[in-house]
Amino acid sequence: MTLLSIDWILLIEKLVLIAIIVFASLGIALYTTFAERKVAAVLQDRPGPNRAGPFGLFQPFADGLKLIMKEEIIPNTANKFLFILGPGLAMTAALMTCAVIPWSSHVELFDRTIDLQVADINIGILYIFGVVSLGVYGIMIGGWASNNKFSLMAALRGASQAISYELAMGMALIAVLMLSGSLSLRTIVDQQMEAGRLWNIAYQPLGFLIFFICAMAECNRTPFDLPEAENELNFGYHQEYSSMKLGFYLFAEYVNMIMSSAVMASLYFGGFDIPFVDEQHLVATNVLSQNVVALLGVLMLLVKIAIFIFVFMWIRWTIPRFRYDQLMNLGWKKLIPLALVNMLITGAVILWLGK
Amino acid sequence: MPVNKNKNMQALTNRAKEVNRKPMSFMESLYLPAIFKGMAITFSHIFKKQPTIQYPEQKRPFSPVFRGLHVLNRDEEGREKCTACGLCAVACPAEAITMEAAERLPGEENKYREEKYAAKYEINMLRCIFCGLCEEACPKDAIYLSETFAPANFTRKGFIYGKPDLLIPDPKTDPEGYEKAKGRNEPTTADN
Repeated sequence: MTLLSIDWILLIEKLVLIAIIVFASLGIALYTTFAERKVAAVLQDRPGPNRAGPFGLFQPFADGLKLIMKEEIIPNTANKFLFILGPGLAMTAALMTCAVIPWSSHVELFDRTIDLQVADINIGILYIFGVVSLGVYGIMIGGWASNNKFSLMAALRGASQAISYELAMGMALIAVLMLSGSLSLRTIVDQQMEAGRLWNIAYQPLGFLIFFICAMAECNRTPFDLPEAENELNFGYHQEYSSMKLGFYLFAEYVNMIMSSAVMASLYFGGFDIPFVDEQHLVATNVLSQNVVALLGVLMLLVKIAIFIFVFMWIRWTIPRFRYDQLMNLGWKKLIPLALVNMLITGAVILWLGK
Repeated sequence: MPVNKNKNMQALTNRAKEVNRKPMSFMESLYLPAIFKGMAITFSHIFKKQPTIQYPEQKRPFSPVFRGLHVLNRDEEGREKCTACGLCAVACPAEAITMEAAERLPGEENKYREEKYAAKYEINMLRCIFCGLCEEACPKDAIYLSETFAPANFTRKGFIYGKPDLLIPDPKTDPEGYEKAKGRNEPTTADN
């Protein structure tokens, strides 16, 4: 009987957690669009949006309202079902990633220990890779259903780009997994938090660089924004989209950016670890309560995500888009061999140190 | 200097440079040094002064010779200076000015300075090229170009400015508006 009974409180706890994380990601994504415009402006000696509300802080709401109010156009020749499915899939895939990211250690509420993670599955990394690959379907389906040659070209580009860079990304990741010996994100973060151990970036600088470049390519950010390519493919796979369906595509890109930043922070920069502070010691000596430490951890992770997002934007507004052959050369001829070499060296060093 | 293949053709300037088509070296093909250099440049722009002028609140000062919208002038007692001689219309290269003259009646001496005045005075702002020749032609100093733009309008008719649009406010009843419309030598438009 106990096997079949459901822990209702656990269910509620997880549902609340999911709601918080999804809405928080959407809210952060909303303000990431604003941050993008501000960062772009500042890097180009402009003030950026500053009319809507103080410092233009209501700008994202104005943008959202505009997108919702616009007329929704579905082309006559488009496949209606897939046309609507595309943006939904892109958004879902983007949001699904956040399920396995450990946002912080755990809080103690109502005599319960609540892990600040939706699901601590032991193959968290594989899950992320699976979901990220699903994200390509959003682009593919959207581009194909539009029945427009530019959209289709962009979708093909997007698909081939994602496939090429996922390989290098995965191989860069294997080196980290060799260090940690676990596929669970929480275990990887916990290991980095251990006293006397540095963050993974110290052991895997090359791996991080490869991972970072591939993450950028997976998010379709400049210089890898060939699927959007405003000036060659007039807006690429979302050319035929209007209104909030377009908004979903644009939004999914920002959610993707946040999630890949969170993954990078967890894998290489200690996740919710506060640098130079031993959290466990603080709790044990009753300096701070567990809940406060956990919240500080969430804050720390958000700060790391914000830094990554800034770097993403900084790169976007610095370098132009790759040519398609350059993109493929970089992916297949440079990043994959580099990732392989990195893997070999890591393996050799682990063997040599006899870990 | 590139060598001119065609002996008859001469390079217009000596700034022409040969395009470098050498294959990229290993360091260049890594892209990273160049990318970091570029990122350093963009980062340095965060600290640069922005040249932006917050337009409706701040305005750029006009040049003292700026030629904007026309103003029909009054003298110190508030009488219209224009005597409807038509010289401005003759001088106008774009033929933007039309007017109708009328005779001043007894009792109107406080309104018009001369015995003849313009009953109708119209400038088509779509035709006007803001050359300022009307200002030069006027023997009575009655018309001059101010420091304002012609604002946007929804209809072509809206761009035909009549006397009510052009006349400067009366210095007796509205001295502030008069000074503002006069505009010259005033820092009202220069906030920065």
